Amino acid sequence: MSKESRKGLNRRSLLKSAAAVSAFPLVNISRSFAEETIGNYPAGVKGDSVFVGVIVPLTGAYSAEGADHLKGFQLAFEHLNNGGGLVGKIPTLSGKGVLGKKIVYKWADNQTKPGPAVQAATAFITNDKAMMISGCSSSATAIALEKVAQRYRVINMVGGSGANETTGKDCQRYAFRSQPSAYMAAKALAPAIGKELGKNRKAVYLVPDYAYGHSVFDSTSKFTEQQLGWKTVGQQLCPVGTADYSSFLLNIANSGADVFVNVAFGADSVASTKQAKQFGVLDKMKMIVPNLSAFQGKEVGAEIMQGVYGTLDFWWTLAETIPEAKIFVDAFEAKYKYKPRWLAHIAYTQMLVWADAVERAKTFNPVSVIKALESEHKLKMPLGEVYYRACDHQQVRAVPVVVGKKPSELRNPEDIYKVVGLTPGPDVVPPCDSTGCKLPSY
Amino acid sequence: MNWALLWAQLFNGLTLGALLVLVAMGLTIIFGALGVINFAHGAFYMVGAYAGYVAFEATHSFVLAVVAGTLVLLLLGLVVERGLVRYYYRRPHEDQILMTFGLGIILVEAIRAYFGGISKRLPVPNWGGGAVNLGFLYYPTYRIEVLGIVAAALIVLYIVLYRTRLGLIVRAGIEDQLMVNILGINVRRTFLIVFGLGSMAAGFAGVINAPIVTVVPDMGTLVLVQSFVVVVIGGVGSFWGALVGGLIAGEIISLTAMVQPAYSEVMLFAAMAIVLILRPQGLFGVQGRQ
Repeated sequence: MSKESRKGLNRRSLLKSAAAVSAFPLVNISRSFAEETIGNYPAGVKGDSVFVGVIVPLTGAYSAEGADHLKGFQLAFEHLNNGGGLVGKIPTLSGKGVLGKKIVYKWADNQTKPGPAVQAATAFITNDKAMMISGCSSSATAIALEKVAQRYRVINMVGGSGANETTGKDCQRYAFRSQPSAYMAAKALAPAIGKELGKNRKAVYLVPDYAYGHSVFDSTSKFTEQQLGWKTVGQQLCPVGTADYSSFLLNIANSGADVFVNVAFGADSVASTKQAKQFGVLDKMKMIVPNLSAFQGKEVGAEIMQGVYGTLDFWWTLAETIPEAKIFVDAFEAKYKYKPRWLAHIAYTQMLVWADAVERAKTFNPVSVIKALESEHKLKMPLGEVYYRACDHQQVRAVPVVVGKKPSELRNPEDIYKVVGLTPGPDVVPPCDSTGCKLPSY
Repeated sequence: MNWALLWAQLFNGLTLGALLVLVAMGLTIIFGALGVINFAHGAFYMVGAYAGYVAFEATHSFVLAVVAGTLVLLLLGLVVERGLVRYYYRRPHEDQILMTFGLGIILVEAIRAYFGGISKRLPVPNWGGGAVNLGFLYYPTYRIEVLGIVAAALIVLYIVLYRTRLGLIVRAGIEDQLMVNILGINVRRTFLIVFGLGSMAAGFAGVINAPIVTVVPDMGTLVLVQSFVVVVIGGVGSFWGALVGGLIAGEIISLTAMVQPAYSEVMLFAAMAIVLILRPQGLFGVQGRQ
């Protein structure tokens, strides 16, 4: 018995070392090939088109955001393939596809959940030979898709996602994120609310219970405590998709705070804000929304949103001051008959930045494209100059700080916020060594 | 211990529960009388809210919105029973679940296709605006009124179920369908009426709830899950079961939220599991009923 098992052991270790020895030259041989296989490269670029997979929430609590997101993608692909919009302003882009290849795409509904998102992304990568995937409006799904991208070595231009982890401890070599992280939003917001609300305030938070909510709570409480001397007196964790916030709001009303920081997002932000008004919370406390949902202002109404401070990835009135923003907003409005929200902005600009990187790399080879993105090449976009940091793949870009207008100040129903500041990206990004990001290999 | 907050949460649990009772009632009547598990019930609730929203936009009357939501759902219920559900009475529960679940998806996506994913606003009626100071609590007027509205609706339902001939047949059907058939009662028509009534209750609940929650295509999903829990806790087909189950569920959500907000949903399912272990037929259920 013991003899046999020892024999088995020997045979196994022999096999192992044999495998190791035989694998070694194989690796060397493949390295020596002119064109190595990385993810779907070169299989995905054999034809005259390349495939991009878009994964957005079209159902669930973030479905309104998802619909706006998708329109941004569609507009970007239309411009990349046929010219128009900002494509004409970026010298590397021809308006005849990317590297002469037409972009074809499909989209899938991720139901605001990581499971369906991963399933859709995997199908796009393995069946459709996607050269890039993008989309999301929830950090839980975005982080899951980053891991998929890294595993299959397919570039992921992360869509809507505000959690610090997206370019922090969960960062991936194959993933790039343009939305400001919770840290950036909080750092940009703090001076504005300090000026408006003063120091020594007591804040209570309504926090959706997942990566994004926790990030926003951590960063906002940190900056308001450190820079403004505020006290954090409570944190109400609530599940995503809650319909009735009454029990949370009773705790909030009871917390003794004078500032209510509402982190709920999407349809949840609308329900919680409306109910906070009904419970008298908004009469007793000033509300702050560190990251305003795309349609929150429109859905809740200016009556409630007036005086509310927050940040947004993008707000359409920037078109009045920034020429690139005007080109984007006009093109979007002409096609979809409403002012684009920030998820459309993320989708549109991310696609153009990716296309520019491919053109500069002169190949779809993901390693070369990643290196082109990591070269911190600056592009003029609707928020001014933007680029990705090599250390964590976070986009360095300005963060708009806004305040809700009085109902009487609205020039049209979409004119809900006034941009009170456009904080430069380099001032708000976290130091590279503090993010906890360790990029895996190419 | 913060007593004021405890009283506030207890009271809030009551109003939360009242709304759950309203939705669960329709579900349990249909389930009890027809033996059909209606997974489209959440979607019915949502369609009710949208019907109310459309009516409100047209008339600016909340009462008319409630009437519209209720009638549209009565009609929808009748059509669905005649066109779909009646073919499934003799088929296994799995078939019924698949069919009603599919119907729910169709309704949700049809509404989304037409109205979009952005939430619609059905404001609190004029007589429900503002908040009332209850001494221990500052509470929205409308929610207090909802307590009264739900109580009134339940009394009407109670009278229909326990004081009319129709109610007698429905309850007899819940107890023993075969015997009712043998006695020569037109079960076909009764089933139609019961399904219509159950759907109506969902529509009514949808409009009443609309000023509190947001009117979005997915609004029924969570409600469906919660009202199933209520039905399981209370016992399938039982009027009192739905009532007590709903109130228990409301209190569980509210009191857990006071201590550990993130667990309020989980505790609901924990309570359901405990009931299933100790009393599988539910608090008011009759053992051995189909």
